[in-house]
Amino acid sequence: MNAPSSVPSSKQTPSQTVGPFFAFGLLHGGENILTDDEALGSRILVRGQVLDGDGAPMDDALVEIWQADSQGIHKHPEDPRIHQADAHFRGFGRAGTANPDREYIFKTVKPGPVEWEADRVQAPHIDVRVFARGMLLHAITRLYFSDEPSNNTDPLLASIEDPVRRQTLIASREETSDLPAYRFDIRLQGNGETIFFEP
Amino acid sequence: MNRQPVVTTMDRRSHPPYLHEPYRSTIKRAPQRRLIPLPQTLSELTGPVFGYDDVRELDSDLTRNAVVNGEPLGERILVVGRVLDENDRPVRQALIEIWQTNSTGRYIHQADQHPAPLDPNFTGAGRCLTNDNGEYRFVTIRPGAYPWRNHENAWRPAHIHFSVFGTNFLSRLVTQMYFPGDPLLPLDPIYNGTADEKARQRLISHYAHDVTVPQWALGFRFDIVLAGTRITPHERP
Repeated sequence: MNAPSSVPSSKQTPSQTVGPFFAFGLLHGGENILTDDEALGSRILVRGQVLDGDGAPMDDALVEIWQADSQGIHKHPEDPRIHQADAHFRGFGRAGTANPDREYIFKTVKPGPVEWEADRVQAPHIDVRVFARGMLLHAITRLYFSDEPSNNTDPLLASIEDPVRRQTLIASREETSDLPAYRFDIRLQGNGETIFFEP
Repeated sequence: MNRQPVVTTMDRRSHPPYLHEPYRSTIKRAPQRRLIPLPQTLSELTGPVFGYDDVRELDSDLTRNAVVNGEPLGERILVVGRVLDENDRPVRQALIEIWQTNSTGRYIHQADQHPAPLDPNFTGAGRCLTNDNGEYRFVTIRPGAYPWRNHENAWRPAHIHFSVFGTNFLSRLVTQMYFPGDPLLPLDPIYNGTADEKARQRLISHYAHDVTVPQWALGFRFDIVLAGTRITPHERP
């Protein structure tokens, strides 16, 4: 006898594209600064382009990031350590690419490691979401840091067998500005397509 | 992956695919490689939390939040609804951001070249937080249809863009609300991006006479159901 399923029925509201004209609704200024000067940890820049199937940088993409603070704590009630979260850091940021360089840029801190299972941790990473005209559904990826030794033991990276594809999740350290900067270009399709996750 | 799913993910039948050729811009922007299952660690089961400090009262009244020298032109409407999880439980303190054209079908965005007039008293952007019942309410002007270059004589049906944050980052949703009875809906490749007709219809608001305020404004109701719903252990598929 089958008990009635109590798995939620499928009635989610469908996603629709953010379109080309979101900036006046979603970007009011300062959303790409996640930290002040008193936050714990290392302040860093994260920047990059969003490239279409022709390899052309898009000037109408929206990038959202979510991450732990430098101690690996998320400012959210689900995190058991929320009460020790860094008051000078907010984990959420948003940036557009409508500028001459067609680049998004965030000022943030390098996140700390986050638990995977009770006895395993994940290498520092940032959750990245891409929205744009021509994307009826946003794309989800993750950013890891090229100079982070613990990438070698990260369970998610280890689960990706193809080293070329795995590399698309690694932001490369650049020495071009006052702050340590990491470049993370996101390729939506074609050669070097970034790894995306099921939304 | 590392563990059983703790919350629901986006239901493929409800959501549009990345590639939907009638909407031409998807052709060069749709990921083509196999998508990888997303783990459900604290990084995914948490998400941005917003509070009443993040919004001001006037933010939800688009007929007043950009007034320069008078009221915006067009048909004043109320848009109300609830943000719910898949078990019909309210999502509280959900941040909703909306943006739209003015009554002539023109966005204030500088890249919008549609030759229709701007309204000096209307920007078309608003935000609010849901209350303890998951309810939200906006006062705005009914947006207009506008032309776009997707295909010959292409027009977008009037719509309001919605951005919603739920209880975790897996419930993140950006969508568009449409109006009932719009003859442009069957012709619109964005609306029709979702193959399932019942799912598509969840994008259409309903005229709500109980929301309509006599002598003042028509009411429309648009409920939003988010992914990211907690699955209790015995419910796991």
